[in-house]
Amino acid sequence: MPIDQAVENDRPVACGGKLPHAMTSNVSRASDDKNVHADKAFIAFQPLLASDFLFAQTLNLPRIVITGIGLTAPNGNSLAEFRGNLLAGVAGIEWLEVRYMGRLLAGVCHFDALKHQKKKEVRVGTRAGSISIWCAREAIADSGLSVETLAKDRVGIYIGCTEHGNVETENEIFAISKFGYDTKYWSHYHNPRTVANNPAGEASLNLGVTGPAYTIGAACAAGNLGLIHATQMLRLGEVDLAVCGGVSESIHTFGIFAGFKSQGALATHETPAKASRPFDRARNGIVVSEGGCLYTLERLDDALRRGARIYAEIAGYGVNSDASDYVLPNPVRQAECVRKSIANAGLKPADIHIVNTHATATPLGDIQECEAIRAVFGEGCPDTFINNTKSFIGHCMGAAGALELAGNLPSFDDLVVHPTINVDDLDPACALPGLVLNRPAKAARVDTILNNSFGMLGINSTLIVKRFVA
Amino acid sequence: MTNDECKKAVLDIIADIAPDEDLSHVKPDVRLRDQLQLDSMDFLDIVMELRKRHGIEVPEADYIRLASLDSCAEYLTPKFNALAAKS
Repeated sequence: MPIDQAVENDRPVACGGKLPHAMTSNVSRASDDKNVHADKAFIAFQPLLASDFLFAQTLNLPRIVITGIGLTAPNGNSLAEFRGNLLAGVAGIEWLEVRYMGRLLAGVCHFDALKHQKKKEVRVGTRAGSISIWCAREAIADSGLSVETLAKDRVGIYIGCTEHGNVETENEIFAISKFGYDTKYWSHYHNPRTVANNPAGEASLNLGVTGPAYTIGAACAAGNLGLIHATQMLRLGEVDLAVCGGVSESIHTFGIFAGFKSQGALATHETPAKASRPFDRARNGIVVSEGGCLYTLERLDDALRRGARIYAEIAGYGVNSDASDYVLPNPVRQAECVRKSIANAGLKPADIHIVNTHATATPLGDIQECEAIRAVFGEGCPDTFINNTKSFIGHCMGAAGALELAGNLPSFDDLVVHPTINVDDLDPACALPGLVLNRPAKAARVDTILNNSFGMLGINSTLIVKRFVA
Repeated sequence: MTNDECKKAVLDIIADIAPDEDLSHVKPDVRLRDQLQLDSMDFLDIVMELRKRHGIEVPEADYIRLASLDSCAEYLTPKFNALAAKS
């Protein structure tokens, strides 16, 4: 069925023998007119999104749970340290010397790579590889599993990345510049370092994992996509354990700083800890950060069988595309994505207790996300708190979604919502009911967390996790 | 440059390429790959570092001459000395 002919009755609302569009349709390239038609048709579906949930339920999909967390953030190298600093208001931004550009603000991680890698592995590999290995090893250890006894061919590694390869390419160009740009000085490691699957591949080498290991390129939505893709692969039975999330080595490339500066979107502030300030009237752009967060995900039955600690259950997700601009976000599509995730989880907006925003502290982007959130949650969600983690750690790019989710997971236990810091003068355009400003808030209940991550070229992802109840 | 100085120059490179290895007991007459964790990419690194640090080119046909410290010294010392004579 061509996508531009989709109508309500053709949606797979129940197990009536019809498969979803993607499984049955011979989707042809639509003309511009047809695209517009499809666009309008899709918007008309919004009130009907509950069908997504009904369809998911009829498939009796396996429940997927989070059983381990490994992370490195600019303000912590474990969940306990990270969470402690989020509740204590401790940011992790510092000055960093960037090639060609001088001293800039950045979020820098300070984990000990040699805990899990030999010196030679660090030398030969990439920073993204080291971050992936650190997070993967820490997550597996946290899960109570042993790397040595894993069925290695049944493990999948799915790592979201904003970009990969720029660091090594810049390094090599700099290196050959010292030799008159003679390419015979170009490293033979350049290709294995810059292939897009490098971070996951390095983790597979380090762990001896022989199952599928690859990256998912989804700009700054990638961290969520790592978890979402892992959920899908577990439900399909492709793997029994997924190591998934996102990583970023972006601070080691001058290009990302220069690009944001040229775009007028690079944060400046005399005090590093105050530089990342989503929703504040004086916000002036993004603080670029590195980081990583990988989870172990398992089917619930497997986790229960081995008596695993369960941090949370995957409740639902939404992924869509703006199809409207290279860099400018689209609040209509963002709202659609959030609605899709809530419908996919079988919930209503009022059922969401924490909304962790993507907001990066760009003047326009924050307002547009607030517009999207306002459209979905309005005024009728008194139990919904809204926060932002980038105010502490800057923008960890491909790791952002995964890290920011982790920072909120302990709320299931302590019923505390970490705040958005650095809001000295709230932008009225960003004022939302339930926005937690500067100090943690105590919640009566936290059963659900909704995590937004959006990226360039208009990729949107929303992931919802819920308190595990047997 | 003497043979021993040449061997030290090669060991300095290997120390950076294989930082986890203990180089204090490397036997000069034994193949490096038989006593150290070095793979083909590492040997390419040795070739690259000889080029970058010392301006010495090792054609692919001569890679086999880098097998042991003794063979390195035999092959490279004249190259070091030829370069020194030029400068």
